[in-house]
Amino acid sequence: MALPLETLLDTVSARIISAADELTALDSAIGDADHGLNMKRGFEAVQADKAGIFAKPPGEALKAVGMTLVMKVGGASGPLYGTLFMTLGKELPENPSVADLGRALQASVTALKARGKADIGNKTMLDVLGPVAAHLESGSASIESVRALATESAKATIPMKAIRGRASFLGDRSIGHMDPGARSSEIMITAVCDVLEGKP
Amino acid sequence: MTVGIVIVSHSPDVAKGAADMVRQMVGNEVPLGFCGGNPDGGLGTSVEKILAAIDAAWSEDGIAILVDLGGAETNSEMAIEMLPEERRQKIVICNAPVVEGAVMAATEAWGGGSLADVKRTAEELSPQ
Ligand SMILES: [Mg+2]
Repeated sequence: MALPLETLLDTVSARIISAADELTALDSAIGDADHGLNMKRGFEAVQADKAGIFAKPPGEALKAVGMTLVMKVGGASGPLYGTLFMTLGKELPENPSVADLGRALQASVTALKARGKADIGNKTMLDVLGPVAAHLESGSASIESVRALATESAKATIPMKAIRGRASFLGDRSIGHMDPGARSSEIMITAVCDVLEGKP
Repeated sequence: MTVGIVIVSHSPDVAKGAADMVRQMVGNEVPLGFCGGNPDGGLGTSVEKILAAIDAAWSEDGIAILVDLGGAETNSEMAIEMLPEERRQKIVICNAPVVEGAVMAATEAWGGGSLADVKRTAEELSPQ
């Protein structure tokens, strides 16, 4: 399928920007209360750079989104989401199949593990992106099943204990709160599903 | 020439204060760069500012970076990766408390220590 990249990016940006307060509230429970603000700053910068970004071919455009996030987010989520978009830009073929999406997302998950020195189960964005990548790769994914899996996976971070990031300082007290990075990843995946389903 | 020191804190005030302490200890002979704050100036770190601080402190003998919390480290690693290979291999991030680590690292650098010496000296402050 040909990905409607600009619509995807607009919708992801709009959803993240409007969820800024919610993400910051989640981060204030177990982190340093900046995730929403940081992501909002990053995606506002992406929107401001849009003309330059979409003058490039799709792969390069995704890399440019990643680079903007790296430069503008101002927290650990900058390099992390930057790595996600840069890896997608590198790995996605022109007209990706669902399995291609899975492979590209899986490559991003691998890159993110290295970047964040984290693994699945550490109460991070990987706990959403990892299961979704594996599900897409299996080839039997529907838009509905991907959306449900993203939501369920973000919820599944609530009882987890944080091993990485500021939340890890809390030890057992990090249990009982959804990870803000898992939630922002869920929001992005849901946005992509909605666009691909024709209801941005 | 001595090893250069870069201080990266979430707080511009902490970065500046740590840099003042380093200057008081070792004077101006050790190349020093520091930065703090997100791209808007609030608490956080910025890859752009880290790259500028590395540039300001650049030494062919190498650069030791001291960071405070998680995002400072992740953003510093990202900044290093964006540099050309010949610079990348001359930069290390020290696992040490940012203020004490910067002072210890700068003192070792001032005494002529190599990049490895500087890193080891700073990291002696961290529990093993
Ligand atoms: Mg945070």
